[in-house]
Amino acid sequence: MTTSFRKTLVVKAAQLATALAALTAAVPALADVNIGISLPLTGPASGLGIPMGNFFKLFPASIAGEKVNLIILDDATDPTKGVQNAKRFVTEDKVDLIIGSAATPVAGPMAAVAAESGTVQLAASPVGLPPGGDAWTFRLPQSNDVMAHAMVGLMKKQGIKTIGFLGYTDAYGELWLKAITAEAEKNGMKVVATERFARADTSVTAQALKLTAASPDAMLVVASGSGAAMPHKAIVERGYKGKIYQTHAAATMDLMRVGGKDVEGSFVVSGPAMVGDILPDNHPSKKLAKDFVVRYEKAYGNNTANQFAGHAYDAQIVLEKVLPVALKKAKPGTKEFRAALKDAIETMGPTPFAHGLMNWTKDNHWGYTLDTGVMLTVKNGDWALAN
Amino acid sequence: MDFSIASILALDGATNGAIYALLALATVLVFAVTRVIFIPQGEFVAFGALTLAMLQQGKVPGTVWFLLIMAAAAAAAELAAGLRAHLPAARLLRRLAGIVVYPVLVSLVAIWAAPLKLPLLLQAALTLALVTPFGPLIYRLAYQSLADASVLVLLIVSVGVHFALVGLGLFFFGAEGFRNPSFWDARFAVGPLAFSGQTVIIFLASVALIVALWLFFERTLAGKALRATAVNRLGARLQGISSDSAGTLTFTVAAFIGALSGLLIGPTTTVFYDSGFLIGLKGFVAAVFAGLSSYPQALVGAMLVGMLESFGSFWASAFKEVIVFGSILPVLLWRSLRDPHTEEH
Repeated sequence: MTTSFRKTLVVKAAQLATALAALTAAVPALADVNIGISLPLTGPASGLGIPMGNFFKLFPASIAGEKVNLIILDDATDPTKGVQNAKRFVTEDKVDLIIGSAATPVAGPMAAVAAESGTVQLAASPVGLPPGGDAWTFRLPQSNDVMAHAMVGLMKKQGIKTIGFLGYTDAYGELWLKAITAEAEKNGMKVVATERFARADTSVTAQALKLTAASPDAMLVVASGSGAAMPHKAIVERGYKGKIYQTHAAATMDLMRVGGKDVEGSFVVSGPAMVGDILPDNHPSKKLAKDFVVRYEKAYGNNTANQFAGHAYDAQIVLEKVLPVALKKAKPGTKEFRAALKDAIETMGPTPFAHGLMNWTKDNHWGYTLDTGVMLTVKNGDWALAN
Repeated sequence: MDFSIASILALDGATNGAIYALLALATVLVFAVTRVIFIPQGEFVAFGALTLAMLQQGKVPGTVWFLLIMAAAAAAAELAAGLRAHLPAARLLRRLAGIVVYPVLVSLVAIWAAPLKLPLLLQAALTLALVTPFGPLIYRLAYQSLADASVLVLLIVSVGVHFALVGLGLFFFGAEGFRNPSFWDARFAVGPLAFSGQTVIIFLASVALIVALWLFFERTLAGKALRATAVNRLGARLQGISSDSAGTLTFTVAAFIGALSGLLIGPTTTVFYDSGFLIGLKGFVAAVFAGLSSYPQALVGAMLVGMLESFGSFWASAFKEVIVFGSILPVLLWRSLRDPHTEEH
């Protein structure tokens, strides 16, 4: 009896403590700009979320003279967790803006919460939404269509007619298959073989065998980060002599670190953020891209920057541009301020990002122009422009 | 499909099958002795491969800190249990030392040796020495006090241990994947087949380990004690075989096998902190083929899983995992029809 009473007492005390904590958390200092960030810091997409989180730690304490509070939560690459985070942002933290997630399957369901509450979401993944579903969602990354456009452009120059596809069995692989098939058809090319694999696979020998048997002019590997090297090596080991292409998720130094000499001479599409050094001087993103890499690598060491950290950098550019405009119209923490932010983003006009020239409008929440993708090639274990 | 393609696929399947076989053996062993369905078996694979990768870069592997923390936690648990049982101080100290001394020593060696960039084989040995103590420590922390719980409870604990190890793995190793250098770079061509040196090493190491395990169980007292515990826990205890030390020994062997598999598989694919789960699960499927009881059947099951996987990838790569894990259903049906389930006592 006494123990059970003591237990109830303890439970009650704990409940009271949580309630108090929630209360204090629910009253953010007035006039500060609050930004809720949900990132996959754990789980399968943590390779994308961790570098982004790292960059947010380098964020300035105030932007446009206003104190900016970042509330960073982990969504564990789990859509349910992402939605929980988003709900917490809008109901408890009363944020003015949501950033995230870096994982496409998580960013999608979060968009619904953002739209319902009238809060701008800067998605850090190329999330596809039904018509009207992206009213409050703006994507920081390039769409796969934009990237496929750059890739097929180079393939056309090289006289490639047939393409073999080796990609992840997930949404990223699926979106790329759609994008490359459509873009190839427009240019008189054909995807002749489609094979799939998963990141944790121990071997892709069978898929590589089947693809090389189809002997396409070029091979496209759709995988991310250090996972992109394994299929690449398997294709090379099977004696494939044609050109091998990689997507922008593979455009990190990890490709060379893991792939070694086997990835030499392959072609990789990328946003400009990673390659500020080798961009032509008149490229609008050159200065920003270089600044991004310097800032990131000063804090975290050489060859650590990746494109997702670049999206965090771009988020800062957005804030610097739109906060002053919105602050003139309303006070942070209000519905009017959130609406003003949306207007400011839709009317900010062509703006250079580290990742290219961004032009969000009322009708286009993707924003990057078709010439954003940069084609790179691996030369002596480093990036070079492919032309 | 012609003969040359089939033979290449068969070789690929057999190579992966050899790894699954090792993991299946470990799974069967752990289940037979302790009744634990050891889902985190695959985590040792990832830990082994990643530890070697970090040593290759001349960094102190995260395994070291992980190991020290685990040892400290296990020692605390032992201390609490000892105080509760009013053990004499000398005996308690001896027990604590038994837990802490080896992890601390091997960690010191690793910290000293990491920046030296030792030859690959020495680093591999150091990796095995670092990852193997995880087995007994996990047993001490998660399973020992529950040794008499039901299979279901132990399974649930295994799921928890799996999540804990994966999460901590991310913390200690980071999210990026690594690929280790090959132990032997040679290539041989036999007809259409191209053997790489690593394939040969995988086969040789698997066979060597299986023979060693056989010798261990047939010829050594410790091995016989494990077998006795597997046959009948109570009977073995009456004969003076401590089920705690049998469990500790089993988990040591399991961790060793896992780490070795990690070393073998590291050069053929990119290993991430969470890669081990699927690899271990395929070993588990192979163990289920054997009804979690027979070692030779587990070997056959592992080869089958490897073949299914490689031929499945060739015909329908998008459905490869479906084929592999779907194959468990007819096997379960066949097994339950062949030896009807008896209620556990």
